[in-house]
Amino acid sequence: MCLAIPGKIVSSKMENGIRIGRVQFGGIARETCLDFVPEAAVGDYVIVHVGFAISRVDREEAERSYQVLEAMGLLQGELDSDLENSQRDK
Amino acid sequence: MKYLDEYRDEKIARGIVAELGRRATRPWVLMEICGGQTHTLMRYGIDEMLPAGIELIHGPGCPVCVTSLETIDKAVEIASRPGVTLISFGDMLRVPGSRSDLFRVKASGGDVRIVYSPTEALKFARANPDRRVVFFAVGFETTAPANAMAVWQAKREGLKNFSMLASHVLVPPAIRALMSSSRNRVQGFIGPGHVCTVMGYREYEDLVREFGVPIVVGGFEPLDLLEAILMLVVQLEEGRAKVENQYVRSVTYEGNLLARKVLAEVFEVCDRKWRGIGSIHESGLSLRKEYAEFDADRIFGTEGVTAQEPPECISAEVLQGLKKPTDCLAFGTRCTPENPLGAPMVSSEGACAAYYRYRRHGVALTQIH
Repeated sequence: MCLAIPGKIVSSKMENGIRIGRVQFGGIARETCLDFVPEAAVGDYVIVHVGFAISRVDREEAERSYQVLEAMGLLQGELDSDLENSQRDK
Repeated sequence: MKYLDEYRDEKIARGIVAELGRRATRPWVLMEICGGQTHTLMRYGIDEMLPAGIELIHGPGCPVCVTSLETIDKAVEIASRPGVTLISFGDMLRVPGSRSDLFRVKASGGDVRIVYSPTEALKFARANPDRRVVFFAVGFETTAPANAMAVWQAKREGLKNFSMLASHVLVPPAIRALMSSSRNRVQGFIGPGHVCTVMGYREYEDLVREFGVPIVVGGFEPLDLLEAILMLVVQLEEGRAKVENQYVRSVTYEGNLLARKVLAEVFEVCDRKWRGIGSIHESGLSLRKEYAEFDADRIFGTEGVTAQEPPECISAEVLQGLKKPTDCLAFGTRCTPENPLGAPMVSSEGACAAYYRYRRHGVALTQIH
């Protein structure tokens, strides 16, 4: 649960006074709080931990990290949730 | 270098290993703090490709593994109450408590749910005002701001059916405890990259001053770790000890100030018991008194729960880097990820699970392959 995964912000909105983004991790998208990274905009890559973006990173680094995590088979466990259905975009 | 063959930067990795071979003139014992780093090291066989004499030992940086037995027992107790929905991260469900675990509570009809983020627990509480929703919040400094934000929001919204069983732990006091132990062998630390993304690395300078031990904040990819190991060995060979930052693409000196602000608003430092290690002074975070109305431990009256750890599990030594998982007689036989004796076999970041998953299955599984 302590991994942090890079993903791309595909949209963002305000919800209950909090900036919430939809962040794409490969085929899975998750709601992500963007309040700790005010500098990050739609299209940017962020490192996300338990639904909170904790830093902004550049695209190339984000994609490489993602491939490494995927190769290690560690992504699915991190994004598991009983409450949010995974949205698979083909 | 069979494992690295799968990694596209193999050539650079070989170059770093060769440089390590040139630089290292004597044995060094290094510790990676974070369980995520342990997994990368095992997955890519990095520990096995290092020059002879450079030994990596695995640190206590698995939040699931160090959550005390008492805390698991409290979660089990609370989850068994009628009207309660207990929500946590997936890894926590299989962690064995004294008599049961959350997975068994769920199997016998308890409402236990997995989320990937504390905000989902908050959403569930808003949508289900008839349920008493308890978020079981574990984690290091990386996770604490997210959990803090959930409580902060709950207070702001006046949510009455949401509370938190908080058992956060902090990395620097654990390093201090390891370095102060008479059995300590560690001569250099790979610092936790994501903890430092949040917290920065100012606190680690105090540790360097106190113990004269070099610390290199490292990332999580194979090259990150090899580079961090090289930076440590260079410092050690030159007789230097300072904090260096290998993971510059995510970590800054001050960390994430907004995340730290929320953390400090909701949590305060407390003494914390670590599973397998015991109580460490000022090594945890608990809810500030202004947030006491969200403290599940207080609401459900579980403060007095105590527990005894099982004698066969050697996780104490494993978490302190004194033994390797394969030194355990139960490893891979009486203790597996399906039937764990101790937490390091459960979590995706646990050292025992990393050894089990990637190669050190012991005789029985080697024969099957």
